[in-house]
Amino acid sequence: MSKSILLTTPLSDRDVENLRIGDQVSLNGVIYTARDAAHKRLVELIAAGEKLPFEVDGAVIYYVGPTPAKAGEVIGSAGPTTSYRMDSYAPQLIELGLKGMIGKGNRGGNVLEAMQRHKAVYFTATGGAAALISRWITSCEVIAYEDLGAEAIHRLEVKDFQVVVANDCHGGDLFREGIDRYRKD
Amino acid sequence: MKTIDLGLVSRQVSILCTQANQNLGEDVAGALRRALAREKSPTGRRILEQILENADIARNKQVPLCQDTGYAVFFVELGRDVALRGEGTLQDAIDRGVAEGYTSGFLRKSIVRDPLSRVNTGDNTPAVVHLTQMPGDKLKITFTAKGGGSENMSRQAMLKPADGVEGVKQFVIDAVRRAGANPCPPVIIGVGIGGTFEKSAWLAKKSLLRELGSRHPDKFYADLEEELLELVNRTGVGPQGLGGTTTALDVLIEVYPCHIASLPVALNMQCHSARHQSITL
Repeated sequence: MSKSILLTTPLSDRDVENLRIGDQVSLNGVIYTARDAAHKRLVELIAAGEKLPFEVDGAVIYYVGPTPAKAGEVIGSAGPTTSYRMDSYAPQLIELGLKGMIGKGNRGGNVLEAMQRHKAVYFTATGGAAALISRWITSCEVIAYEDLGAEAIHRLEVKDFQVVVANDCHGGDLFREGIDRYRKD
Repeated sequence: MKTIDLGLVSRQVSILCTQANQNLGEDVAGALRRALAREKSPTGRRILEQILENADIARNKQVPLCQDTGYAVFFVELGRDVALRGEGTLQDAIDRGVAEGYTSGFLRKSIVRDPLSRVNTGDNTPAVVHLTQMPGDKLKITFTAKGGGSENMSRQAMLKPADGVEGVKQFVIDAVRRAGANPCPPVIIGVGIGGTFEKSAWLAKKSLLRELGSRHPDKFYADLEEELLELVNRTGVGPQGLGGTTTALDVLIEVYPCHIASLPVALNMQCHSARHQSITL
């Protein structure tokens, strides 16, 4: 089940279709950060029919609010936040072509359904491994909502960013299958 | 009577905030290493290796272990023979230390002024301060950085006395299953049994300050801690909820007398990045 796959953003439908739960993926290229407050603003822009601050088609969003960078560092500690808080917003972005999300924890049925319909994938990175993960980020720039501080939208360039496919576009759910495999009660 | 200056309290609090956020306790690191040796899932082992590597990087580079540097929660034991001198209250002094520590230590500011209008306070204040008076002339300050992801998976229930110990076990297992991947397992589970509604939650949080592997002094509860740890690790949740045999590193229980009509029980979930440090002045 475990194989290591090299992927570069933006992702295509085909990239997504080839992924299965449990796959170890090395992500390269550009990804965007957004958490609760930024998602709220993004869906307000969609509702108003306005342009979003980055190209969503093919994009990967990383759910993270980093610590402030020390002098000379690209970014502070930058591990994933819990994804379910973005569940009420994610389907609207997936409809616009969002191909990948990186976070931690389970997703809701509405997100999994949108992922299957529009071909998108949900990756997990290791929660609490923020100092390690920041080493895989080679550039960081705030591109929108600077007033939100850590919650602003950042454009990150990443190199060999290590993630696991937790939910694929074929309905696979590693949380359910993984837990069933090791459950003894 | 010993006099302690509140300025000293602020300076020490600032250091505690930074140090605790960069240095994982040896008891936690040891528990993670033992878990790595036992874990059955390859993905789970890879995650545990990343968590241990992360702790080394944070310590060596003096950067935060996790981007969620937490709500600043303090347990303060104030000796009855201590006089505090200086400006404002103990809470004011602690808040000044938190603001300084979170700013100079490059820690994330994660507190919003109002829970509904949600504007960030900008310096991670106010702190939550739990103050207890003790005999003697010491001031012991314990800081814990409480992350939102695990705190959100905490639960409280007012069980019936008839539910007894089986009710408590069921409550803990249900909470772990419902939490799944969200609180960043492997977790540490703090359980408060007894007291009142709010006292049970206080006990649960306080239990998380204990050293991992330490057992409750009452053998009944010491055995219950070990039994619950085994039950929790049979759920299969595993590291990061992706399946495995390490769901929790420990279960810690604290108890308190309660009303004849009540059996309060609270579970405070703590992620593997269990950050706390103390200083005694």
